[in-house]
Amino acid sequence: MSPVWVIAGKEMRDATRNRWVVSATLLLAGLGFALAFLGSAPTGTLGAKPLAVTVVSLSSLTIFLVPLIALMLAYDALVGEAERGTLLLLLAYPVSKGQVLLGKFIGHVGVLSLATIVGYGSAGLAVGLGSGGADPKSWQAFGSLLGSSVLLGAVFIALAYLVSALARERGAAAGVAIGVWLWFVVLYDMGLLGVLVASRGQIHEKIFPWLLLADPADVFRLYNLTAFDNVRAFSGMAGLSGQVDFSPRFLLVVLLVWVCVPLMGAMIVFRKREW
Amino acid sequence: MSTAVIAVETLVKQFPRHRALDGISFAIPPGVCVALLGHNGAGKSTLMKLLLGLTLPTSGTVRVLGEDPAQAALTFRRQLGFLPENVIFHDMLTGTDTLAFYARLKGEGNERCAGLLERVGLAHAAERRVKTYSKGMRQRLGLAQALLGRPRLLLLDEPTTGLDPMLRQEFYRIIQELRGEGVTVLLSSHLLTELEARTDLAIILRQGSLRAYGSLEDLRARAALPARLRVVTRDGERLAQLLEGVRVAVLEPGMLELECPVGEKMHLLRRVTQLGADLVGDVEIQLPSLDDVYLHFGH
Repeated sequence: MSPVWVIAGKEMRDATRNRWVVSATLLLAGLGFALAFLGSAPTGTLGAKPLAVTVVSLSSLTIFLVPLIALMLAYDALVGEAERGTLLLLLAYPVSKGQVLLGKFIGHVGVLSLATIVGYGSAGLAVGLGSGGADPKSWQAFGSLLGSSVLLGAVFIALAYLVSALARERGAAAGVAIGVWLWFVVLYDMGLLGVLVASRGQIHEKIFPWLLLADPADVFRLYNLTAFDNVRAFSGMAGLSGQVDFSPRFLLVVLLVWVCVPLMGAMIVFRKREW
Repeated sequence: MSTAVIAVETLVKQFPRHRALDGISFAIPPGVCVALLGHNGAGKSTLMKLLLGLTLPTSGTVRVLGEDPAQAALTFRRQLGFLPENVIFHDMLTGTDTLAFYARLKGEGNERCAGLLERVGLAHAAERRVKTYSKGMRQRLGLAQALLGRPRLLLLDEPTTGLDPMLRQEFYRIIQELRGEGVTVLLSSHLLTELEARTDLAIILRQGSLRAYGSLEDLRARAALPARLRVVTRDGERLAQLLEGVRVAVLEPGMLELECPVGEKMHLLRRVTQLGADLVGDVEIQLPSLDDVYLHFGH
C-alpha cells in the first residue's frame, strides 16, 4: 500500500477517535436541520420549492461553518506534529514530504466530506422527502451544494496547510488560521461592499465580478446561488447574476484552482523548510 | 572507509545564528554500539538529522551505509531505525495500532508488531490508548517502532530519558542483543554512568566540535585522570606531613583526599596502609568514572 493511503487512513482514524467526525457531523446536521425547517416554514404560502430554499440557506451556513471546520481540522497538521516530534520521525521513514502532505490532505478532505455529506445530507433528505418529494432540479442543486461544500472545505484545508508549513509554533498557526477565516469570510466582503458604497456603485461592472473570484467563499456563493434557476429566484442574487456571467463550470474550476494553489504553496514551503 | 557504517568528513552545519557542527570527522565500523555524548546544544541532534538526510550539511560529506542519506532513494531509509528526542505519540490510537501504522509505512505487515511490543515490555498495554501511556512507556513504544523492519543502523536520540533504572537495564539488554545480530547502534546521551561498559566507542561533542573519539579505555588513558584515595584519619596534619610529595586535599576534619596517577595507586595505597592503624582508619579508592572522563573532554 502506498504511504499516501497509509497516512490518509491514519488521519481519518485519528479524527474518528478524536470525535472530530462526530462533532462536526452533528454540528452541520443540527444547524442544517434548524435552517432547513426555519427556511421552509414560511414558504408554504408562497408555493416555493422547499429544497431549493434549503439550498440557499445551507449555502450561507456553509460559507461560515465549513471554512472554520476545515481550518481547525488542519491548521496543526505540520507544525503540531513538528512540536510533538512525530513529524521528524515520519520524515525518517521511507516516505517523501510530498506523500506526507498528500496523504494528510486526502485524509482531512475525507473527514470533512463525511461530516458534510452525512450532516447536510440528512437535513436535505428530511426536507426533500418530508415535503412530498422535490423536483429533480432541486435535488441536483442540492447535490451540487454538497459537492461544492466539500470543495470549499478542501480550499481551506489547503490554506491551513500553508499556514501550518509557515508557522513557527502551533499557537501562532491557530491565530493565523482564524485570521484567514476572518479575511475570506467576513472582511473581504465587507471591504468590497464598502468600496461599492463609497464609489456609489461606480466600480466598473467588468471588474466587480472578477473581484469576487479573489475570495473562494464568494466563488462558492456565486456557484450555488446562480447555477440553478430555481435556486436563483430565492437567493436575492437574481440581480447580481445579471451582471455576473460566469458559467457554473468556470466557477468550479476557479474553486479547484483555489485548492491547488495553496496546496502547491504548502508543498513548496514544507519541502524547503528543515524540520 | 568503504566498510564503515557511518563516515563523516569535515562536516559543518551552519544555522543562521550559530554553528551547530564545526568540521567534525569520524568513521564508525559495523556492529558496534557508539555513545554520542555532549551537553544540550553540543550538536547531537543535528548530527542525527544529518545522518538521516533530514537536513543538508553546509559543507563536508556524510555517508551512511555507503550512501549519501540526503540523496539516497526513499527505500534506503528502510535500513534505518530512528528514535527522535522527546517524541510524543499523541494518538487516541492503541499501542498496537500506532505500531501497525509505522510498520505499514516501512512496507511491513503487522505480524511482528505483537512480538516487538512484547520485546519492549508493552504487551500488557498493547490495547490501551497511547494517550494513557507513561513517559517510559512512550519511550519504549518509540524504541519498538525503531526496531521495525530489521534495521542495519539504529539512531537513538536520548533513548533512556524517562526510563527508570530497571527499564534502562532492560533497554541496554535489547541493545546488546541487537549488537549481537550485527546491528550498528548510535545512541546519544548525557546520562553517562550507565553507559559504562555498555558501549564500544564514545564520541564526545562540545559546541559542535569533536572533542574525543575512541573506546572507553582509550579515552580514559588519554584523559590521564588521577585516582583518588579518601583516607579517614585521626590526625590529618601529621598524615599530610608523612606523605610528602603527594597531592593532598582536606575534605573535612579527619578526611583527606589523595591524588595520584592511576598506575601508581597501589604504591600509594601501600604507603598509606603502612602508616598504621592508629593513624589511618579507613581508605576508599575512587577510579576516574566515565563521568569524569566526559567532564574532562566536554569542558
